[in-house]
Amino acid sequence: MFLKPLRQAVLAVATVALFSTSALAAGTLRIGMTASDIPLTTGQTDQGGEGMRFMGYTVYDSLINWDLSSADKPSTLTPGLATEWSTDPEDRTKWTFKLREGVKFHDGSDFTADAVVWNLDKLLNDKSEQYDTRQAAQGASRIPSIASYKVIDPLTVEIVTKQPDATLPYQIAWIMFSSPANWEAQDKSWEKVAAHPSGTGPWKLESFVPRERAELVPNLDYWDKTRVPKLDKMVLIPLPEPNARSSALLSGQVDWIEAPAPDLVPALEGNGFKIVSNTYPHNWTYHFSRLEGSPWNDINVRKAANLAVDRAGLKQLLGGLMVEAKGFMPPSSQWFGKPEFDVRYDPEAAKEYLAKAGYGPDKPLKVKALISPSGSGQMLPLPMNEFIQQNLAAIGIDVEFEVVEWNTMINIWRAGAADPSAQGAQSINFSYFIQDPFTGLIRHLSCDLIAPNGTNWGHYCDPEMEELFKKIRTTFDPAEQDEVLRKTHEKYVNDALFLFVAHDVAPRAMSPKVKGFVQAQNWFQNFSGITIEE
Amino acid sequence: MLAYMIRRLLYVIPVAFGVSVICFMLVHIAPGDPLTAVMPIDATAEQQAAMRAEYGFDRPLPVQFGIWLGNALQGDLGSSIATGRPVAAEVRRAVGNTLILAFTASLIGFPLGIFFGFVAGTFKDTLIDRAVTALAITGVSVPNYWLGIVLVAVFSVTLGWLPSTGAGPGGSTAWAWDIEHLRFILLPAITLAVVPMGIVTRTVRALVGDILSQDFVSALEAKGLSGTGVLRHVIRNVTPTTLSVVGLQLGYLLGGSILIETVFNWPGTGFLLSNAIFQRDLPLLQGTILVLALFFVFANLLVDLAQPLVDPRIKRG
Repeated sequence: MFLKPLRQAVLAVATVALFSTSALAAGTLRIGMTASDIPLTTGQTDQGGEGMRFMGYTVYDSLINWDLSSADKPSTLTPGLATEWSTDPEDRTKWTFKLREGVKFHDGSDFTADAVVWNLDKLLNDKSEQYDTRQAAQGASRIPSIASYKVIDPLTVEIVTKQPDATLPYQIAWIMFSSPANWEAQDKSWEKVAAHPSGTGPWKLESFVPRERAELVPNLDYWDKTRVPKLDKMVLIPLPEPNARSSALLSGQVDWIEAPAPDLVPALEGNGFKIVSNTYPHNWTYHFSRLEGSPWNDINVRKAANLAVDRAGLKQLLGGLMVEAKGFMPPSSQWFGKPEFDVRYDPEAAKEYLAKAGYGPDKPLKVKALISPSGSGQMLPLPMNEFIQQNLAAIGIDVEFEVVEWNTMINIWRAGAADPSAQGAQSINFSYFIQDPFTGLIRHLSCDLIAPNGTNWGHYCDPEMEELFKKIRTTFDPAEQDEVLRKTHEKYVNDALFLFVAHDVAPRAMSPKVKGFVQAQNWFQNFSGITIEE
Repeated sequence: MLAYMIRRLLYVIPVAFGVSVICFMLVHIAPGDPLTAVMPIDATAEQQAAMRAEYGFDRPLPVQFGIWLGNALQGDLGSSIATGRPVAAEVRRAVGNTLILAFTASLIGFPLGIFFGFVAGTFKDTLIDRAVTALAITGVSVPNYWLGIVLVAVFSVTLGWLPSTGAGPGGSTAWAWDIEHLRFILLPAITLAVVPMGIVTRTVRALVGDILSQDFVSALEAKGLSGTGVLRHVIRNVTPTTLSVVGLQLGYLLGGSILIETVFNWPGTGFLLSNAIFQRDLPLLQGTILVLALFFVFANLLVDLAQPLVDPRIKRG
């Protein structure tokens, strides 16, 4: 009856569909991101490190950029929209930035000192017309030191900090500069700018459909000729679900995916896809509570735990996709230094340390740890934590887990170890972005930043460490500052201030057609050298 | 009848209000901070407090609810915290995409379900019936996200015939009913259609079997009515119940499936909802749930109003 024609129609549609194929544009790179939406396009991006990677350092520049050209050495700061910067030796709070001449925004307007001040107002001055709550939420907390700023001449800007702070260049590297002229042209509406943004970066946003795709094309007039993109187009597609991401790669809908699930890596490699990874400033730790009564106040217990973890075994569990921690920073970091305490797997030495603290397999120490079943940067938290639980039990530390959902865990982390929400746990399993002196070292252990005022979850406060932090902020020579940072990290390791476990390696899977990608040791990446082989 | 219709329409008001209270309160009970999506996680307590005030989360819940309801009544569902875009526009776009998917799945699921149901009911307790029933039970029992993953594995990954994700080569804004786009919808629509097809099959099978065993059918046949004539009577008797089941299933399809839309990255309401949940985007979550719940309310209303028209035995008054 009526069903017959319908069935015929469905079959016809299916048959035609099955045998048609879609043509691919030449030189187009399609990337499946883990984000669930296109990162904020107006300048200061959201979606964390991934947002900056795909919508920050592509469409925009900072005054000081990260050097993303090498895979072999830790990435460092490099001149961006500013060619040089210095502080006044008489008054270390005064910074002068010399701007690059002849740089234009994508809309054709000039990048000048006025644009710098305008952009800082966009984030810090809520009385200014261009103040944008959304960008301020992302950017203001990145530049806590800035007190004031002004135009000196069209190519010079002065920034004054609240106290002398030698980490300012690292803070500035977060700030992206959008075009004031474009904002005017878009009726002074950030919502309109979002659809038609204008930066100075190597890529221009051509079009985007919220939650579905963004298309970037090269900025052929980019000021750094070595970073003019070779591709015709780069398409960004949010694919938050790991299986959907892998299927899209396997079926040829995208050429590149971020963070393939570790258990799918052998299947992807078996199908001829490349897995690219590299160490980068990320760590996966147990952040200890140092409140009164916490067993982690005893350095013997901390050292025992650090010697009890079989990191090589853990690496095997993750299919090789981790770097074994030797400290808080990855071993290849320019700030690793030469700590005396060797973080390794040595259960016998671990038992000796624990015995000094009065515990052992016969008299186990009971501790409680907060862990999450998932979360950004947390890698595979459940199997990893169970592995560590077994390692620690073997030397006489019984870990009881308090498993909380990731967003709840963020709140507990912000609230600190003393907050009732921590449920008396003496450690929290948290992974960290550790790219610069502040996010890498200062924020975790500074006395002024004890939670909930800051992110020193464990309430650690030590005069010697405080002195080192002060020195980091007041050492203005970059090489000398690196030396202080190394000393600080040595103290982190020698005092075993965290349970150092692993560093992620930011795996990405890509089609063999993708050529020329160099994975920098950084959260951000350079896409300009990539080509697609047809 | 008119009185019934008016009364039935008026019932919608308290139901809709109840729905709005529940969906507002539920999302506030859920753990997590709604500002997670818009702030770097290490923002200071002071910055967090400023943002909380900016978004109005520092006010008492009943006040927040009052403001939200007042705006919602004027069609303003607020702005998404994560994206800053108006929730109404986001939901409208997602509903449009889900409608396309639901419509396609209906075209596949309901006619097939009714057809299979008739076949099984007519040949009750035969081999055909058992085969169709087994198919229907499989359709209802197989987790559809699993089926979706299997279809992707076979038709996208292994055979490379159909795309595995997305709503068209250029995203959903350029949707058209052409082959290029139908290739994208086929797998999610089949996956989505399987459960309603199974349910409709089983319902129709039971109804047809039941009606065929009644005395009036024997009387009709004894009267010398042809097979088609009998079938017409059966159809008229089967229609009202089938309609209400189809109505409920249609509500289910319109609701969008979080799992299926996530597996296929289909930018509909289910996908929007899962994003909103993971980002703790309360205004988006509330707006989407409200619109979906109202879909159910109105789908039921339509079915209730349509039933007397197709079945004169149902007198509403």
